[in-house]
Amino acid sequence: MSQTITEKILAKHCNKKEVKPGELINAKIDLVMCHDVTTTPAIDMLEKSNTDKVFNPNKVVVTPDHFVPNKDIKSADMVKRIREWAKKHKIETFYDIGRHGVCHAILPEQGHVVPGITIVCGDSHTCTHGAFGAFSTGIGSTDLAAALSTGELWFKVPESIKFVINGNLPKGVYSKDIILKIISDIGVDGALYKAMEFTGSTIKSLSMEARMTITNMAIEAGGKSGIIEPDKTTEDYVKQRTKTQYQIYRSDPDAEYSETKTYDVSKLEPIVAFPDLPSNGKTMSEISKMQDIKVDQAYLGSCTNGRIEDLRIAAQIVKGKKIAKGTRMIVVPATTDIWKQANKEGLLDIFMEFGATVSTPTCGACLGGHMGILAEGETCISTTNRNFTGRMGHPKSKVYLASPATVSASAIEGKIADPRKYVK
Amino acid sequence: MILKGKAHVYKKDHINTDEIIPARYLNMDKEADLAKFAMEDLDKTFIKKVKPGDFIVAGENFGCGSSREHAVWALRGSGVKAVIAGSFARIFFRNCINNGFYAIELKDASKNINDQDELEIDIESGTIKNLTTKKEFKFTPFPKFAIDIIKAGGLLNYIKKNK
Repeated sequence: MSQTITEKILAKHCNKKEVKPGELINAKIDLVMCHDVTTTPAIDMLEKSNTDKVFNPNKVVVTPDHFVPNKDIKSADMVKRIREWAKKHKIETFYDIGRHGVCHAILPEQGHVVPGITIVCGDSHTCTHGAFGAFSTGIGSTDLAAALSTGELWFKVPESIKFVINGNLPKGVYSKDIILKIISDIGVDGALYKAMEFTGSTIKSLSMEARMTITNMAIEAGGKSGIIEPDKTTEDYVKQRTKTQYQIYRSDPDAEYSETKTYDVSKLEPIVAFPDLPSNGKTMSEISKMQDIKVDQAYLGSCTNGRIEDLRIAAQIVKGKKIAKGTRMIVVPATTDIWKQANKEGLLDIFMEFGATVSTPTCGACLGGHMGILAEGETCISTTNRNFTGRMGHPKSKVYLASPATVSASAIEGKIADPRKYVK
Repeated sequence: MILKGKAHVYKKDHINTDEIIPARYLNMDKEADLAKFAMEDLDKTFIKKVKPGDFIVAGENFGCGSSREHAVWALRGSGVKAVIAGSFARIFFRNCINNGFYAIELKDASKNINDQDELEIDIESGTIKNLTTKKEFKFTPFPKFAIDIIKAGGLLNYIKKNK
């Protein structure tokens, strides 16, 4: 029977020749990632049920990121607890402060992600790693506890939707705009329970960083996972970082999809998702006809758009300019290595000269944790992935989602602005 | 199993985990602590109104967003026995089953049930009786696998039992 890449990976991991959408399976897990917020409850559960063991410490990566550097005593206690737990179970891959970073940025960067594997983490944006042709999905703390102790987890094999993306992206338009466009089309539950498979000439032309922006937001359409078939770009990225052997799976040409959607992005415009759903996307043409939307804060960072390529795009736009009066900009390189690289390239100086501040890596304000919380009535344009009510602070603050270029242009003008005139 | 309680109806789709339990409270993970802030960013009065055994009734895609199981714990801690919604976001639904908490899918739930209606839910037969309006609804009963997990008291107990 013909199968999709997702079905092939899942079949392999439950020792079956093939699996069908809807089938319940118990799949072997190759990699479990743990961060600060959802891991402590999992540890509690394991200890309470006397199953406090780790199936294979070499297959567990710990990356405290949400509230680090510790934002308060409770957060400090959580990270301390995880540190002790990791030590007890001889988990050596622990990205503590000084090597830290946003988990979904650090995992591929440090060579933990390879094609064909199964990855789970107690975080909804775990779908990011599907960019490497892996099956990667977000889970809760109970699932995390089960995966940690048994190395297996139950799944319902998802149906797949195929998104064929063709055409050259116009100047000033990026992969963030593609995924915001798709989510606006299908809605925040348009891919509920499904695997979103992205293919087409545009996807093939994108860097791994840009691909990860797309798979990262699969969850914002309700997707169980996002996935992109590996190619030379994938293998070049992976081989620079790890010697781990891996297997590449590809969808059969006649594999079954619940739906196929085709896009030509050669005329796509920058998109901004208005509050308070990621599916409220509006094009720059639509925005240009509206009243100015003033921004109090511009936020560049997160697992969606805090990578080196994103910082380069933003720096190129703000270089030599001054931030608008009354607007503040926070730049959060997603990992320690990205921070160092940006420093080496002079990007951090460019941001500081512009009038932005640069923080240490953290999930921070993306989820309303710390380091850039919004007050009542404030507006933020952000490169992050969610703009739900109260997401970045006060329930009466507003979040607009956009690409690093649009966020940078908006910081220059103090209002939501079209980046295309700033892109050389 | 029969559940009986009052409905708290939110005629809204995509009620997300940030509304159910905002991230500012994720430095805690005990049900009793989280319960104080359940639904805070959607309805500040919820926690004052809710009684043990009550239900939340909502539109489509309930629980979308973050994977935080804290959303299930906050609701359960507040006394909620089940959520009845048009549909559920995937991770939230998993988290409910894994916790032995009822997430009941019922088409047009928030249109057919009014706030404060008295409901009686028969989990096994998949029936909801609206004792206030005398209407009766059928929902798709949980698959056996999910019932087994719920009956075992959650996924970890289920795994232990089936070892």
